[in-house]
Amino acid sequence: MSLVLTEEQEMLRDAAHGFLERNAPVSALRKLRDENNPDGFSRDLWKEMAEMGWAGILVGETHGGADFGFVGAGVLAEEMGRTLTASPFLSTSILAATAFNKVANDAQKQENLPKIAGGEALYALAVDEARKHGPAKTAMQAEKHGNGFKLSGDKTFVADGHVADKIIVAARSAGSAGEQDGLTLFLVDAKAKGVSVERTQMVDSRNAARIRFDGVEATGEDVIGEVDGGYMALEGVLNAGRAGLSAEMSGSAQQAFAMTVTYLKERKQFGTEIGTFQALQHRAAHLYSEIELVKSAVLKALQELDANYGMAGPICSLAKAKAGEVAKLASQEAVQMHGGIGMTDEYDIGFFMKRIRVAQEMFGDGSFHADRLAQMRGY
Amino acid sequence: MSELETFRAEARQWLEENCPEEMRDGAAGEENICWGGRQWRFQSDAQKVWLERMAQKGWTVPAWPKEYGGGGLSKEEVKVLKEEMRKLKCRSPLESFGIWMLGPALLKYGTHEQKLHFLPPIARGEIRWCQGYSEPNAGSDLASLQCKCEDKDDHWLVNGQKVWTSYADKSDWIFVLVRTDPKATKHNGISFILIDMDQKGVSTKPIKLISGNSPFCETFFDDATAPKEHAPGVSAIVGEVNRGWDVAKYLLTHEREMISGGAGSVGNAMSSRGMGQVAADEVGREEGGRLADPLLRAKIAQAEVDGWAFLLTLERMKDEAKAGQGVGANSSMLKYYGTEYNKRRFEILMDMGGSEELEWEGERTADGKRARNWLRTKANSIEGGTSEVQLNIIAKRILELPGA
Ligand SMILES: Cc1cc2nc3c(=O)[nH]c(=O)nc-3n(C[C@H](O)[C@H](O)[C@H](O)COP(=O)(O)OP(=O)(O)OC[C@H]3O[C@@H](n4cnc5c(N)ncnc54)[C@H](O)[C@@H]3O)c2cc1C
Repeated sequence: MSLVLTEEQEMLRDAAHGFLERNAPVSALRKLRDENNPDGFSRDLWKEMAEMGWAGILVGETHGGADFGFVGAGVLAEEMGRTLTASPFLSTSILAATAFNKVANDAQKQENLPKIAGGEALYALAVDEARKHGPAKTAMQAEKHGNGFKLSGDKTFVADGHVADKIIVAARSAGSAGEQDGLTLFLVDAKAKGVSVERTQMVDSRNAARIRFDGVEATGEDVIGEVDGGYMALEGVLNAGRAGLSAEMSGSAQQAFAMTVTYLKERKQFGTEIGTFQALQHRAAHLYSEIELVKSAVLKALQELDANYGMAGPICSLAKAKAGEVAKLASQEAVQMHGGIGMTDEYDIGFFMKRIRVAQEMFGDGSFHADRLAQMRGY
Repeated sequence: MSELETFRAEARQWLEENCPEEMRDGAAGEENICWGGRQWRFQSDAQKVWLERMAQKGWTVPAWPKEYGGGGLSKEEVKVLKEEMRKLKCRSPLESFGIWMLGPALLKYGTHEQKLHFLPPIARGEIRWCQGYSEPNAGSDLASLQCKCEDKDDHWLVNGQKVWTSYADKSDWIFVLVRTDPKATKHNGISFILIDMDQKGVSTKPIKLISGNSPFCETFFDDATAPKEHAPGVSAIVGEVNRGWDVAKYLLTHEREMISGGAGSVGNAMSSRGMGQVAADEVGREEGGRLADPLLRAKIAQAEVDGWAFLLTLERMKDEAKAGQGVGANSSMLKYYGTEYNKRRFEILMDMGGSEELEWEGERTADGKRARNWLRTKANSIEGGTSEVQLNIIAKRILELPGA
């Protein structure tokens, strides 16, 4: 497959670009933060996104979706990264849609996919329990109880956890923390008895939550995929999320870089534009090169998810590792090359630095994924 | 079956029937390259047969038009041919500066007569070319070159010195940047001229590199000449007189792509035994299989992330070019990143090799093969324009920064 966007994908990108610049610029995120918006995103905006087919970008046409595949989803994520658009896109339209598409049974698909496509329900994926990502480290218990299960444990860093109607949660039905075997995925109603949600205010002003499950009852029908055999299914869903976050960070890095290059051409010191200084030129040129590498890795990961879903682990790790590291560099260089103004809350660059910090941490940082690649490559 | 798949099947069959067994060791290194030229001594009959068969087919330069000795293949077909050659581990039949640099420049700036005259001998490996660009006082600032070239009615008279001329002592002809108008501004008095080295006025003197090899030379022109026309209608000058800088720059983009593609030999590293496995053999593993040296492991893992992403970028840039998109100056980005990466890779290989790979002579290390390669990589970010110069080009042409 050719490593370029198809015409259809390019049209989607152009449309998304225009729409987001008009309707969800960085100032919209700033406003949500300043007014301490309880949702952390605009429900009206989400409704419009659903009408344009974005919410169901991964949902098949039979379930009312746009069926654009992972490259399409990545194109949208990248554009949202440019404008730092806050929305439930990652958790509902990428993570949950993938879980239902790839893991769930027909009844679950029938029940949930149309709601995703219609923007009628919000979902969250609850995996991590500690400060660093590690699905196999899951300790939350799914105790067998009659015909069903009782779920108990604490989840953290759950994107959109505070607004989700339903939570997909990974719990341990067998084995012990650290083992891949013994994990099961459950679909839990956010209002179920024993679920308590605490919204966490994060550095990026986006939505996340800590969620406590205290003997929450689940039946066999709430299981997504296989009992005890959920690890690989979860990895697949996480890979989709990693690729989506990588695409988002690629967009954020490109935008932060573009703002920096513009500033280098405008700001004058010593009687000349600061962009004439070779020390800055070379750093900018290096960053340009790094960002080009990110674009390649991200596009390849998205294409691989479409073409070869089960084999996409390594390339998704590559994309996440590379995009995370480079996006951090882009935001750091952006602040430094802006000088004092880059440190002010009034200027937008800080928002990029903050969001990138969070996105690169979610579902594994650069070290996590470089380590994973090393393991996959046998060393 | 699509046309492309038909072509794939045919190409594969032809390669299977025509590529000698000895030429199917894929991994063959720099020492096994067939460079061609009048002085060339084939390392084996198989090497000779392989070159002849591929040249006959036009596949030493598959993308060039058939009338100039090429295969007349489309970009897609060339990609398929390369893929099939890789699968069968066929060696490249021929490499040369003629193929990498002069050919593309002639195809763009040469006249039909020049192409007919010069390209087929390149394609067949009969004439070996070298590159006379750099001078003692014109390196990064190439356009300040001074090698003098005077119009003597029926011929050109050339006096001056070039330096760092790779393989000049093994080449037959040289493409040279000369100053034809000393009064014009820097970039406007330069011409691109083709000179037969088989004459009294041209001499070469090898220079030894830190790796112990001497692949490049000083090249002296003392009243060297080139006829106005090497054959009827075949001008010695490519492009217009005094407009050689355009040709020179265009050729450099091809040189840079070639060098960054060479750094793509990481490609093999990614698909077969990578640095991680080599390291495991050399420094051992912990229980559980991890590399025994955790800091080395981290370095390798991070380098492999960059190496793989770089390879994908080479692929993406090719695909963008095919789709008529992309930025020409990206050859500078690829050259910069690829060569810096290659240096980094060899630093790690030396780290893991420890004292064993510091041996310089003797059978155990094949005369210090890794150490010599490590030293050779240091030139990657100098030859074809230094890394700093590539960054300058990115800043100017792509980022359009002021004063760059
Ligand atoms: C192995 C090898 C093979 C070669 N083969 C050939 C060949 O076949 N034909 C040929 O013509 N040439 C060849 N070269 C020459 C090569 O192109 C030059 O060495 C190169 O262009 C640098 O020029 P220089 O050596 O004069 O270094 P200089 O230009 O003197 O550079 C010295 C240092 O200054 C830096 N510098 C210079 N200008 C700037 C600037 N504007 N901004 C920032 N930094 C700057 C450089 O990056 C470098 O670090 C070869 C070189 C090598 C090492």
